[in-house]
Amino acid sequence: MKDDHQAITDGIDQGRRYFLIAGATAAAVAPAVLLQTVTAASQATPVTSDVRWGLLIDTAKCMEGCTACIDACCHENGLDLQRPPGGEATSKWAGQQAVWMRKIKLQDNQTGRVTSLPMMCQHCEEPPCMDVCPTGASFKRADGIVMVDRHLCIGCRYCMMACPYKARSFIHQEMHGQLTRVPRGKGCVESCNLCVHRRDHGEDSTACVDACAAEGHHAIIFGDLKNPESRISQTLRELPSRQIREDLTLNTGVRYSGV
Amino acid sequence: MKRIVYREWRIPSARYWSILGILAAVAGLATLAFGYMEHTGHWVSGMNNSVVWGLPHVFAVFLIITASGALNVASIGTVFHKPIYKPLGRLSGLLAVALLMGGLLVLVMDLGRPERLIVAMTHYNFSSIFAWNIFLYTGFMVIVIAYLWTMADRQGQPFNQSVGILAFVWRLALTTGTGAIFGFLVARQAYDAAILAPMFVVMSFAYGLATFMLVLLFAFDEEGRPIGQKMLRRLKNLLGIFVAGALYFNLVYHLTNLYVTKNDGLESWLLLHGGIYTLMFWVGWVLIGGLLPLGIIYHPVLNKDRNWIVAACALVVVGGLATMYVIIIGSQSYPIQMFPGQTILESGFFDGVNGQQAAYHPTIPELLLGLGGVAIGLIITVVGVRVLQFMPESLADDVVALDEETLSQEAFVTPS
Repeated sequence: MKDDHQAITDGIDQGRRYFLIAGATAAAVAPAVLLQTVTAASQATPVTSDVRWGLLIDTAKCMEGCTACIDACCHENGLDLQRPPGGEATSKWAGQQAVWMRKIKLQDNQTGRVTSLPMMCQHCEEPPCMDVCPTGASFKRADGIVMVDRHLCIGCRYCMMACPYKARSFIHQEMHGQLTRVPRGKGCVESCNLCVHRRDHGEDSTACVDACAAEGHHAIIFGDLKNPESRISQTLRELPSRQIREDLTLNTGVRYSGV
Repeated sequence: MKRIVYREWRIPSARYWSILGILAAVAGLATLAFGYMEHTGHWVSGMNNSVVWGLPHVFAVFLIITASGALNVASIGTVFHKPIYKPLGRLSGLLAVALLMGGLLVLVMDLGRPERLIVAMTHYNFSSIFAWNIFLYTGFMVIVIAYLWTMADRQGQPFNQSVGILAFVWRLALTTGTGAIFGFLVARQAYDAAILAPMFVVMSFAYGLATFMLVLLFAFDEEGRPIGQKMLRRLKNLLGIFVAGALYFNLVYHLTNLYVTKNDGLESWLLLHGGIYTLMFWVGWVLIGGLLPLGIIYHPVLNKDRNWIVAACALVVVGGLATMYVIIIGSQSYPIQMFPGQTILESGFFDGVNGQQAAYHPTIPELLLGLGGVAIGLIITVVGVRVLQFMPESLADDVVALDEETLSQEAFVTPS
């Protein structure tokens, strides 16, 4: 009888304890959840086609030997966290690690003029990578950013075959220590997404643009190609520019001046 | 002409199981290679961000187009009404399904995320020729199995002609689709050519028939079933036409490229300075896969020798693999021409510095995976012919139908 009474008392005590703990936890967490929801509301707004993000690269201002934009891109997008798998030769790893942005130095065969420029995904209006992707993982956002849905990518690499700019990379190795804003997984394809996480937070530049400006070169301009008042549109009106491989008429979102 | 009797492949059990054992061992090694590459990631393969499709794709595409070509023998009997080919129809259908299965497995096993195959089957982007091919490949299997039923079952007989025509049209679409995987790519200079689609069709005729003949001659020899000269002559003559056709398309493709100035760089690289790819092109594609087999097939003495015919078929297969190597890997290795009229002096991503080709060194796991596809195709064939009546008991001259090619001579022989 005493045991039974003890059990009932324990039971009531346990229940009350759980209730209090749960209540206290809810009281502590709820504001955070609500706050999170409130913050997320702006990010949850659908992307519209009222804007088209793009870049203008003025090769006259791009300094030979400077890699500030690339370093910033690697840091921003966690590419510097890639490590060669154990036992992999350095030369082989160089061809297999993911690269979103690279510098190219060119020389004109006729005139001998040397140009230096960064290359990345050109964010085509008619992206060949999107056309060939069997699952639709390669897609273009309404605001013109071309990127890969990592949940749909099966790793067939057909988009890499189709990209006229060799802009895409395949993740050849197991990944550890990734950034939350740029998750990546072995066996998927990826490429420059114009720092899409910044777009979703309402920031108005990309890592490469900031880094180039910090170096004092200001060779890259980011902005809305559809807004005639934007700096990129105004500069495009003044400066002669072109698209790389413009014969393919892909209407790229990245334009070059001085090539 | 006697009635054609089909029989299971009755080689001694020990022999049968040892053949199956060897094939299963190769398939087993391929499974290990697959597990290894998937577990560690593709860095253990020779593939990289410049050459994204490697040796597994060489085998996979070869097997897929060979599969559609293997069905030709059945089509010639059913669609083109050549009775001499009719007894070969069942084996032709079986081989087509088996090789396609092998090729597709290699393709799937090489995906970065093979476990997401279900995604590929539930999300379709119909502007992708890859997505269309998923339907073309699965449809091909269903149609050919139905075709086999119309050939083997009395109830299916009335549908034989119509299903045969459908299978023939479908296989043309399938190989066109496979060629278009490359032909539709504007990015790379060596692709971006509509001629690749019909070229793949003609190549499939040659590789499919050569593989079919190898399987047929091996299976018949093992069991001592007779094949007459009439049948051999027809098959090797047909092979000659197909090989010549494939060479013709190769010639037109390169002549077109040579005529267009912007492709001069590509052609001089591939035909003269491409290292392993130049070697593969001239020795593998042109010589081993083209001129040598043609030399045997049209040689007045050698073409009557069964062993030489087998050699010609084997050369076509080896040359076919070399052709795929040049088309698939060589075309990726040649740098993308992003800046015509300019030389790339430095690049952080192997953009063809000073015209340098992209590196690709195939690895053992890739080779094993590719061979695994061949083994799977042959396992299905070997088990199929063993348990079901796919092969005619005899293809001796007095069993097979009248040879129309010699009909004119026989018809005018005066009865004694």
